[in-house]
Amino acid sequence: MSDARIDGYARALFEVARAEGTIDEVEDELFRFARSFESSDELRTALTDEQVPAAKRQAIVEDLLGGKATPTTTQLVSMVVGSGRGRDLPAIIDKLVARAANSKDLSVAEVRSAVALTDDQQTRLKAALANATGKQVSLKVIVDPSVLGGIVATVGDTVIDGSVRTRVDQLKSRL
Amino acid sequence: MILANLFAADDIDPARSVHWLWPEQAELIYGSIASLLIFGALWKFAGPLVAKAMAARTAEIQTELDESAAAKAEAEAEAAGIRQAAGDIDAERQRLFADADVQAEAVLTEGRARLEQEVAELEARAAADIASASGRVNDELRAEITRISHAATEQLLSSGAIDDGTQQDLIESFISRVGAS
Repeated sequence: MSDARIDGYARALFEVARAEGTIDEVEDELFRFARSFESSDELRTALTDEQVPAAKRQAIVEDLLGGKATPTTTQLVSMVVGSGRGRDLPAIIDKLVARAANSKDLSVAEVRSAVALTDDQQTRLKAALANATGKQVSLKVIVDPSVLGGIVATVGDTVIDGSVRTRVDQLKSRL
Repeated sequence: MILANLFAADDIDPARSVHWLWPEQAELIYGSIASLLIFGALWKFAGPLVAKAMAARTAEIQTELDESAAAKAEAEAEAAGIRQAAGDIDAERQRLFADADVQAEAVLTEGRARLEQEVAELEARAAADIASASGRVNDELRAEITRISHAATEQLLSSGAIDDGTQQDLIESFISRVGAS
């Protein structure tokens, strides 16, 4: 899909969520869903297979998100998948998240950690990243066991890597 | 004695010679005159022929002598040539021996140089082989250490070696480090 079309979808989703007054929740839920979509081959295949009817793909989305996410989030994902744009879902959501952050003069900070961060840790990390990058950030935490330990934070083009995985990889390279 | 016998021959038998050696006087005179005549005729007519023959013979002998002298000179020249040739042969032999010595020395020197070069090449090749083998063994050893290290690391991490406390320490360390930067 072209960038213009992805932007168009992102803008539409953003406007719908903002109109609903649930932009923060929806943005966060969509971000989590996008990461799950990226990491799960099975989910990605199910939602992007053109042989599977759109109604069935939407039913899969509703089964997955129903009761666990806000209705707005479920409907937005269902709409994108039903229109056959499931393959571009992560890109659309990332644009939406960036747009939401920009609307609040924030930068998106994608944080990957092997374990979940406490609220206190997220608050202090947000402040630390703001101090390091000179920007106010919107923190998006992803629990990623492949990190093994520590944290990898990405703010725009800046990557701050304090993960055990990277240290292990560096150790392997040196060996 | 002879004259006595000559003049005492009147009583000798006419059928016999008055003397066993000398003829009668008249015969002696006539004979002498005839002989003189003959000798004169011979001198007159045969003398030039004989002188000519003698001169021819002398000339022939002289010619032979000259030829002999020439032959001798030629033989001496040839002998000198042979002696010179012998001398030349000796000099040539010496020169050939000298050349052979020089060539032998050159061959020997070249052989030594080639041998030294081959030895150097063999040493270099052996050193390269040893270095290659050493490098290969080092590489294999390094690869094996790496493989074992990777396996050990993965096994350690997959076995949950990073406990919750360590995870929290890592997170806190990261926040502190980023905040201080």
